Amino acid sequence: MATEKLKFNKGAVINEPGSTKKYKTGDWRTFKPSIDNSKCIKCGKCWMNCPDAAISKDKNGFFVIDYDYCKGCLICEKECPVKCITHKVEEK
Amino acid sequence: MIFMSKKMVMSGSEAIAEAVKLCKPKVLPMYPITPSTLVPERLSDFVFNGELEAEMIHVESEHSAASALFGAYATGVRAFTASASNGIALMHEILPIISSARFPAVMSVANRTISGPINIWNDHSDAMSERDQGWIQFYCESSQEAFDTILMAYKLAEKENVSLPVMVCIDGFALSHVYEPLQIEDQKKVDSFLPAYKPENHLDPKNPKSFGPIAFPNSFFEFHEQEQVAMEEALKEIPKIHAEFKKEFGRKYGNGLIDLIDMKDAKYALIANGTSVGTARVVVEKLRSEGKKVGLIKLKTFRPFPAEEIRKACKNLKAVGIIDRHVSLGSEGAITLDVKSALKEEKCKVEGFISGLGGRDIDTKRLIKVFETLKKGEKGFWLK
Repeated sequence: MATEKLKFNKGAVINEPGSTKKYKTGDWRTFKPSIDNSKCIKCGKCWMNCPDAAISKDKNGFFVIDYDYCKGCLICEKECPVKCITHKVEEK
Repeated sequence: MIFMSKKMVMSGSEAIAEAVKLCKPKVLPMYPITPSTLVPERLSDFVFNGELEAEMIHVESEHSAASALFGAYATGVRAFTASASNGIALMHEILPIISSARFPAVMSVANRTISGPINIWNDHSDAMSERDQGWIQFYCESSQEAFDTILMAYKLAEKENVSLPVMVCIDGFALSHVYEPLQIEDQKKVDSFLPAYKPENHLDPKNPKSFGPIAFPNSFFEFHEQEQVAMEEALKEIPKIHAEFKKEFGRKYGNGLIDLIDMKDAKYALIANGTSVGTARVVVEKLRSEGKKVGLIKLKTFRPFPAEEIRKACKNLKAVGIIDRHVSLGSEGAITLDVKSALKEEKCKVEGFISGLGGRDIDTKRLIKVFETLKKGEKGFWLK
């Protein structure tokens, strides 16, 4: 959204569906989690517990984080049974 | 069903209900409150009798009434609600949501003070407390004016360059419960003056849109500015709609913004709104018969504030007294503040008189006292 030129529609009406997708809430992140696939047991607990549905499964059965929408809540790190998820402070 | 124009004796509230019926709203979210109750009562009669095809929603509070009003307009239909006093205060949160969505809603207000102490009688503190929320505000002097103003309110609100909600204010009891002769207009004539509502945007699964989204610091400012521009447009549209109304129905209230009574050679004048204008007319007539050069400015439109009209009207006055049925505690009356700002470059002195709070009478004796105070060059005071 930030990169698009702003349009000020009357009454703040948004004329096309799916506009929320353009709003990259990953901007809010303070802590950036990352997954170490060498330790991952593919249990899917991170994927199940992500409140923003920002984790998805790749073709090899590993899990990837979509940083456009990950807000860095670190629930995935907390839930991971093998501690393969760690975080760093976000640098911008 | 009789669709001819007819003359009836009706209260201000019933006049509003009759006018709303002729505007054919499709949704009526209503929550009764004294002294506005007669409006939903009559409208529910009309729905029950089959005279008005509308959905009457018996909401659980005024907050819900205003919310359902927003929802009704999001579906793209004309709608209406009515309230007063603490009911308006409870709507406070939703009023700017309706105006910022640019929904052309109309609401009648039977002006009653905001408690406390608990008081059910008339002053303007309910509507005046909402003056900054993007709603156009009209004040009425008679049942007929209330009826006529409802028709004009929808027409104005639905103008594409305006698209703002309108409050039609009548003084609680002093007008809401006062019975006067009323000319009820013919449906066909009303239909031609106020054609069916065509929404610019509405909820439609085939053409999905979002209403009421978040606006960040990078856009909120611009949306607010658009509302201010729309208010300025309303200032231009009101006299035009008024002229059109006069052509169609033969009645007028000044130019729709203000009305001037005996102002031509006046040296001292009052500015009043609502029913106190009627009392002021009597006072001005009496003082004129004694040869005193006094006049009266009726403020019909309060938001947008017709500053330029007021400035022109007061240009040659020595002093003007404002009858404010409201006080911004810690400051002055709302109208007084706006008039002072409008006349900042004029010689005319502006004195505010806080009047009629919580149903206190504004009688001829009090208004004569105001003129005497202006003449002596003394300060305004609380007209207890």
